[in-house]
Amino acid sequence: MSFLNNVITGVSLGSIYAIIALGYTMVYGIAKMLNFAHGDVIMVGAYMCFFAVGSFSLPPAAGVLLAVAVCTVLGIAIERLAYKPLRSAPSLAVLITAIGVSYLLQNSAQLLWGADTKTFRPLVEGSLVLVPGQLSISYVAVLSIVCCVVVMITLTLFTGQTKLGKAMRACSEDKAAAQLMGIDVNATISMTFAIGSALAAIAGVLMCSAYPVLSPTTGSMPGIRAFTAAVFGGIGSVPGALLGGILLGVIETFAKAYISTDLSDAVVFAVLIVVLLVKPAGLMGKYVPEKV
Amino acid sequence: MKKLNKNSLDGFINYGIVIVAFAVIQTAVGMGKMSNILQSLLVPACCYIVMAVSLNLTVGILGELSLGHAGFMSLGAFAGITASVLLQSAIPVGPLRLAVSMLVGAAFGALGGVIVGVPVLRLQGDYLAIVTLAFGQIIQNIIMVLYVGVDENGFHMAAGSEQFHLSAGGTAIIKGPMGAVGVTKLASFTAGFVLILITLLVVQNLVNSRSGRAIMALRDNRIAAESVGINVTKYKLMAFVTSAALAGAAGALWGLNYSSTVASKFNFNTSILVLVFVVLGGLGSIRGSIIAAALLYVLPDLLRQFGDISDYRMLIYAIILILVMLATNNDRLKDLVGRVIPKRKGAASNG
Amino acid sequence: MKKKNLAALLMAGAMCMSLLAGCSAKDESSQPSASQPAGQENQNGGVVTIKVGGIGPTTGNNAQYGTATQWGAEIAVEEINALGGPIKFDFKYEDDTGAADTAVAAYNSLKDWAKDAPLVIYGCTTTTPCVAVAAETYSDRYFQLTPSASSPDVTANKDNTFQMCFTDPGQGSAAAEYLKSSGLGTKIGVIYNNGDAYSTGIADAFIAHAKEIGLDVVATSTYPEDTTTDYTVQLNACKDAGADLVFLPIYYTPASLILAQAKQMNYAPIFFGGDGMDGMLDMDGFDKSLAEGLLLMTPFNASGTDERTKTFVETYQAAHGILPNQFAADGYDCMYAIYEACCQIDGIADMDHAQLCDALIALFTGGDFSVDGLTGTGMKWLTTGEISKAPVVVKVENGGYVTQ
Repeated sequence: MSFLNNVITGVSLGSIYAIIALGYTMVYGIAKMLNFAHGDVIMVGAYMCFFAVGSFSLPPAAGVLLAVAVCTVLGIAIERLAYKPLRSAPSLAVLITAIGVSYLLQNSAQLLWGADTKTFRPLVEGSLVLVPGQLSISYVAVLSIVCCVVVMITLTLFTGQTKLGKAMRACSEDKAAAQLMGIDVNATISMTFAIGSALAAIAGVLMCSAYPVLSPTTGSMPGIRAFTAAVFGGIGSVPGALLGGILLGVIETFAKAYISTDLSDAVVFAVLIVVLLVKPAGLMGKYVPEKV
Repeated sequence: MKKLNKNSLDGFINYGIVIVAFAVIQTAVGMGKMSNILQSLLVPACCYIVMAVSLNLTVGILGELSLGHAGFMSLGAFAGITASVLLQSAIPVGPLRLAVSMLVGAAFGALGGVIVGVPVLRLQGDYLAIVTLAFGQIIQNIIMVLYVGVDENGFHMAAGSEQFHLSAGGTAIIKGPMGAVGVTKLASFTAGFVLILITLLVVQNLVNSRSGRAIMALRDNRIAAESVGINVTKYKLMAFVTSAALAGAAGALWGLNYSSTVASKFNFNTSILVLVFVVLGGLGSIRGSIIAAALLYVLPDLLRQFGDISDYRMLIYAIILILVMLATNNDRLKDLVGRVIPKRKGAASNG
Repeated sequence: MKKKNLAALLMAGAMCMSLLAGCSAKDESSQPSASQPAGQENQNGGVVTIKVGGIGPTTGNNAQYGTATQWGAEIAVEEINALGGPIKFDFKYEDDTGAADTAVAAYNSLKDWAKDAPLVIYGCTTTTPCVAVAAETYSDRYFQLTPSASSPDVTANKDNTFQMCFTDPGQGSAAAEYLKSSGLGTKIGVIYNNGDAYSTGIADAFIAHAKEIGLDVVATSTYPEDTTTDYTVQLNACKDAGADLVFLPIYYTPASLILAQAKQMNYAPIFFGGDGMDGMLDMDGFDKSLAEGLLLMTPFNASGTDERTKTFVETYQAAHGILPNQFAADGYDCMYAIYEACCQIDGIADMDHAQLCDALIALFTGGDFSVDGLTGTGMKWLTTGEISKAPVVVKVENGGYVTQ
C-alpha cells in the first residue's frame, strides 16, 4: 500500500511539473528559445489569483481568469519588448535576456508585494478516497492531471488542425520559408508567447493550490524542474512534456522513499543524464541528424 | 603569419590590461585611496574573471553551452579548503599552501571535467546544457551531505552526520549543509592576479595552438572538421577539461577567501551569473570576459552607496542586463558602430 | 573614477554628519576636532552617536527573515533616539542576499559608511554569512551582535561576536529535555532540512540528546532545501514508524506545507517546532486551524500582554502591516542590549571602534551586565558569546500562543 501511496504522491507532484513543462515546451518548440522567465510568469499568475480571491473576494473562477488575462498580457509585453528585438541575435543573447527578465520579475514582485511568504487559499480542497483510510488522491492532483490532458489534446489539435497552429509549426520548421509563404512570423511568435503565458497562469494557480505557499521566488525552482521535465520528455514535444513531468515526479518520490531523502536531487538528475545518454533527444523527442 | 602575429598581439594586450590594472589598484590600496568595499571585492572579482575566461573556453571557443560551471568551482573550493587544512603543518608558509591548495582544486575540477565530459560531450546544444545543469545540481547535493574531517587517526569522510565520528581533538573540515566553517583566510589579491595571468597564459596559448584551431573548427562546422580528420572527442574534452580545471582553481581561491563556504553558493544562479559575464563580454573574446566579469561583479555592490537606490539595486541590475543585451544586438546600433570604427576581425563570432 | 568621486563625496557627507553628532557626554574638551566644522559642536547637547550597521538578506529566498530583523531593529532605534538618553544610534541596514561573499561586501560598505566613527555590527540574520562576517569583524575589531544566526560556529574562537538567539545545539537539547519532562510523545519522528545549518544543527543535537536521555526516535527524514514543496514521503516515513510526535526544527514556510499535507493524509501527531516556526500564524492567508495544537519553542510571544510587547507589536503592525515574529523581537532586543551597554561605558565619546569593541566585550562577558527585552528578562551572555535565557514552550490555541 505504501508503494501505491508513493505512486500517487509522485503522480501528483509530476502533474504540477507537467503543466509547467507544457508551457516551456510550447515556447521552445515554436520560438526555439529557453524562456527562463517562464517560472516567474507562473509566480505572477499565482499572485494575481491570490489577490483576486484573497483581497477582493472574487470567486475562484474570476481569479483564474484574471491571472490568465494578466499573464497573457505580460507574456506578450515581455515578448515584444525584450525578445522580439533579438529575433536575429544569437540564441545565447536571448537566453541571457530571458534571465534578465526573470530577475526583473522576481525583484519587481518583491518590491510590489513584499518578501514575506503568503499562504495561498487552494481553489479546490479535499481528496478523493480510493481505499478508505489508506489511499487517497487530492482533488488538486486530479484537476492538474485533467488539465494537463485537456491542454495536451487542445494543443495537439490546435497545432495540427487550425490555420494559426499550422503557421506556428511552419515558423518552428523554418522561419524564412514561413515568411515567404505569407505567414506573419512575428505575430505567430507573439501568439505562442500569449498561449504559453496563459498556460503559466493556470500552472501557477494549480501549483499554489497543491503547495499553498507563495513568495517572489516561488516560481524559480519549479521552473528549473519543469525545464528538466521538458527535456526529459523531449523538449518541443507536447506529449513528451506530460510524460516527462509525471515521470520526474514519480522518480523524485521514489528516490526519496526508497533510496535517500538526502540524495533525491542527485538521483533525479543522474537518471536524467542516463536517459539523455541513451536517448539523446529525450523520451519522445525526435532526433534530427545533422545534415552535411 | 600575419594573422598569428595579430593574435599574439591581442594576447599581449590582455596581459597588459591585467598587469596595469593590478599596478593601479595596488597603488591605490597602498595610498589608502581605495574604499573598503572595493578592496573586499578584489579577490572574488579575480575568481569570477577566471571563471568567465574559462567558461568562455567552453561556450565561446568550443561552442558548447554549459550551465553547470559553478559545479567545478564547488569541487575546487571544497577540495582546496580540505587540502589547506590537511597541509597546515606540512606547509606552514601561507602563500605556498594557497598555491598547493589551488593546484589540488584545479586537479579536482579537471577530474570532474573528465567524469562529465567523457560521456556527455557527444550530446549537443540544449541537451548538453541540461546535462551540465544536472551535474551542477548533483555536485551541490552530494557536498551537502558530505562530512570530511581529520583527527589523530587520520582522514575521515562520510555521507551524513550519523556515520561521522571524530575524536575530541579532531577538526571537522566540511560539515554537510554547514559547509566548510572556520577556514583560515589565505587568499590575497596578488594570488588572484597571478591566477588570472596563469589562466590567460593557458587559454591564449591553447587557442593559438594547433589544438585551439582544431577546437574552433569543431565549433564552426563539426562535420567538416571531422571529415578532415579532427578527433572530435579528444579536442572537445581538451577544451572542456582545461576549462573545468581553471574553474576548480578559482573555486579554491574563493573558498580560501571566506571563513565559511556552503555548497549552495555554487548553484544554478552562480553558473548563470558567469554565463552572463561571458555573453556580455562577447563570445570568444577573452578581453571581453575579463572586463565584463570585473565590472558586473562589482556593480550591484557599488549601487549600495547610492542611498535610497540600494533597495532597487537588484532591479536596476536586471534592467541593465536586458538593456545591454538589446543594445549590443541592435542592428542599427551595430551599423553605426561599424561605420565609425572599421570592422575588426576578432575571434568573436556566434556559437 | 567618476563613480568613486561621487562615492567619496557621499562618504564625506556621512562623515560630517557623524562628526556633528560625535560630541562627548562626559568630557567636552577632548573632542576630536581635526576636521570638524567650527561652531557646531554643541548642537546635540552632549549626546554620543554610535553607528550601528545591520546586515541581513532583504532580497532572495531568505528576504522575509532579513526584513524582520531590520524592521524590529529600526523600531528600537527610533525609540532609543526619542528617549533623549546619552547615546543615539545612527542605523543603516545592508542587504547580504543570504550569501557569505555579499555579506562581507555589505560589511565593508558599512565600514566605508562609518569611516572613523565608532561602528557596531548588527547581524547577520543567517548563519553562513554571519560566520564569514564574524571572521572579518574579529580581525578588524568591531563588536558584533547577531539577532538570529544561531550556530555555535558564529561565536567559536571569536571574542567579539555575541548572539541574541539560542544556539542550535542548545535548542535541540532543550527540546529533548522538554519532551522528556512533559512526557509528550512516546515515539518521535524528526523531519529537518539537511541543506540548512540551522535545521541540521538543532536536529543533530536533538537526536543525540534524545538518545542519551532515553527518548525513542523512530524516524528521521530530511529534505534538501526550503523551496521543496512535497513532504508526503517524509510524513509517510513518520506515519509508518508510528510516530505520535513529530519534531520539526525548521522555518515556518516549509512547516506550513508539512502541516497542510499531514492534514490531507489524515496524519495527526503532535507537531513540535523550534523558534524558526514563529511567524507561521502571521503568514498572509494562512489557515490557522492547521496549526492548532502545534507546540513550539519561541522566546517571543506576539500576543503577550506586557506593555512593552504591546507597544512593539502595535508600532510594527502600523508600520509594516504584519505581526512581528521572533526575528523582529530579537532584532529589537539587540538594539537595546547595545544601547544599555554603551550607556555604561565611560568615555565612550573618545573611543574608536576597536576600543568600543573591547569595552563592550568586557561588559558583555563581565557577568554583571544583563538586559530585559521582549525575548526574555535578565538576559546575560557567556564568555563564549552564547546567550543565557530561559527557553519558553508555547502551544497554539485558537490562533494564538499559550505559554506552557
